[in-house]
Amino acid sequence: MNLKSMSMAAGVALLASTSLASAEGALNIYNWGNYISPDMIKKFEEKYSVKVTVTDYDSNDTALAKVRQGGTGFDVAMPSQTYVPIWIQEGLILETNPGGMENFKNVAPEWANPAFDPGRKYTVPWAWGTVGVVVNTDVYKGDINTWKIVFDTPEELKGKVNVVPEMNDVMHAAIKYVGGEQCTGDKEVLKKVRDVLVAAKPNWIAMEYNTIEKMGAGDFKATSDWNGSALRQRLKTPAIHYGYPVEGFQYWSDNVVVLKEAKNVDNAKLFQNFMMDPENAAMNSAFHRYANGIAGSEKFMPADMTTAPEVIVPEEFKKNGEILQTCAPEVTALYTKIWTELQK
Amino acid sequence: MATAAEIEKQAEAREVRNRWFLSAPALIIILLAASGPLLIVLFYSFLTPGPYGDVVWKFSTEGWVSVFLERDIFDDTLSFASAHLTIFWRSLKLALMATVATLVFGFPTAYFIATRPERTRDIWLFLITIPFWTNLLIRTFAVLQVIRNEGLINTALINLGIIDQPIQMLYTDFAIMVGMVYVYLPLMVLPLYASMEKLDFRLVEAGYDLYATRWQVLKRIIFPLVRPGVVAGSILVFIPAIGAYVTPSVLGGGKNMMFANLIELQFGQGRNWPLGAALSITVMAIVMVALLVYVRNTSGSEVRHG
Repeated sequence: MNLKSMSMAAGVALLASTSLASAEGALNIYNWGNYISPDMIKKFEEKYSVKVTVTDYDSNDTALAKVRQGGTGFDVAMPSQTYVPIWIQEGLILETNPGGMENFKNVAPEWANPAFDPGRKYTVPWAWGTVGVVVNTDVYKGDINTWKIVFDTPEELKGKVNVVPEMNDVMHAAIKYVGGEQCTGDKEVLKKVRDVLVAAKPNWIAMEYNTIEKMGAGDFKATSDWNGSALRQRLKTPAIHYGYPVEGFQYWSDNVVVLKEAKNVDNAKLFQNFMMDPENAAMNSAFHRYANGIAGSEKFMPADMTTAPEVIVPEEFKKNGEILQTCAPEVTALYTKIWTELQK
Repeated sequence: MATAAEIEKQAEAREVRNRWFLSAPALIIILLAASGPLLIVLFYSFLTPGPYGDVVWKFSTEGWVSVFLERDIFDDTLSFASAHLTIFWRSLKLALMATVATLVFGFPTAYFIATRPERTRDIWLFLITIPFWTNLLIRTFAVLQVIRNEGLINTALINLGIIDQPIQMLYTDFAIMVGMVYVYLPLMVLPLYASMEKLDFRLVEAGYDLYATRWQVLKRIIFPLVRPGVVAGSILVFIPAIGAYVTPSVLGGGKNMMFANLIELQFGQGRNWPLGAALSITVMAIVMVALLVYVRNTSGSEVRHG
């Protein structure tokens, strides 16, 4: 490196550091599609004079693979709780210590110290929800708070049930249904799981993601689904209701992390802090229709969300849920084999 | 002073250099964009899967072994990987059926166009290419709108009083075939038309003059002459059809994996990249061998004229 290019580099570095100090410039967000409120982005941009760019990903695995390759130019991403420990372990995210940030006091107690990020050293709550069953109650009048809808389908729903093809979600539901523990590698349990799945499949009509439209049009009369999706279906078709399976259902949560390779670290930290403000979190929830884990945000949410049984888990069902954990690689390998067997 | 021979030699050398320079862009693209990625895929298939996706840089043949053999997770016995074979067979069957079906519909279509007056042929060809302007996914969803329970066909039939309950067409094999034929039909019609356009229709007339039946004319005169078009069209349909998974998932409901889904699973939630890489190469090799055999068998017999 000669003197000229060295002084240039120093100049650029100086310029970059000053612009970071005043928190002006850019913020590149890598997020799930259709999952961030445009109004909230605008508010953030105006408040800190930062230009925000959002890029979509379609699955946790895509995001992980891409960020691991490096050179993405992204500052912030929203991995799910099962992936957060992997991101930490692989050294992909920066320890920004949100637990010490100004707005951390607003984080709801149940989300302040989660197992996937003890003490909130890396992550800020973005959205959380549940996975359960959605049923059109015009067709089926029985109890909908059970995985039987999917795994032991009632006569009225046979050939009309959809299953969202998320391997880990389906495996968790089936393991709970046969009475096992999540992430189990117990062959006895898995054998039951396999048998239940293979026996249940002939009653399913499809395995696809497009549930909102298909439940609305009546192609499906029941499906496994995420709660936010369920809420949107009920608002369109009042007979559609969401069930919390008594056998055990999962809580999931997506979280804001700052990448180690981030160029705009200060803006990213500001964004983490910004997301823990109840008003901002509520703006975001009003868009993506999930709860956010920030206490006090209910006050700013639209009325159809503050009373929605899809968003506010009814007290009687709370105990049946558990946060989905990261399963060991060798256990995932077993699940993949069962999954292939199911769909062969 | 250079002699005439030396000058000529120099000119020749220049010529060779020029040729290399002119073909360099194509060579670079073939190397970087076609062979390069394939070599990487081949290389990855011999590595060890990383714990959470990606690969660990350690040689392993496990990926290749598990393409063909599987260890039963319950009794630990090693057996033939029947799940992979079932899934491969499903993709292959679907691709073959789509090829035959597009040929059945494409042949008369191409014949019709080729026998129009020259002025109007372009309009017909233009109509065939229109679907190409639209994205594959959108065309597939259009088919979905037509055949679903609340779709065009069922609504019309119910309103006309022909049926009371909608006919379940979506999420059946029938739906997949309709979608595949619709999506791939132009790929069959265009090469068929190109062959038929060159067809000398006086030979057809001569056939009729010699008291050949319509079937004989088709079988003994037209079909042998347009065979190159049939071969090209079949290959153009077969190759994308065997890798298809958008159409089967949207119209078939995605309950049963296609081979492409199986590969995708290994790179996604299955987190076994070497197996995914090995599966990709396997399917490519099988398709290549099948095509070589097919082309050799169909283009070997030259048509005798006169």
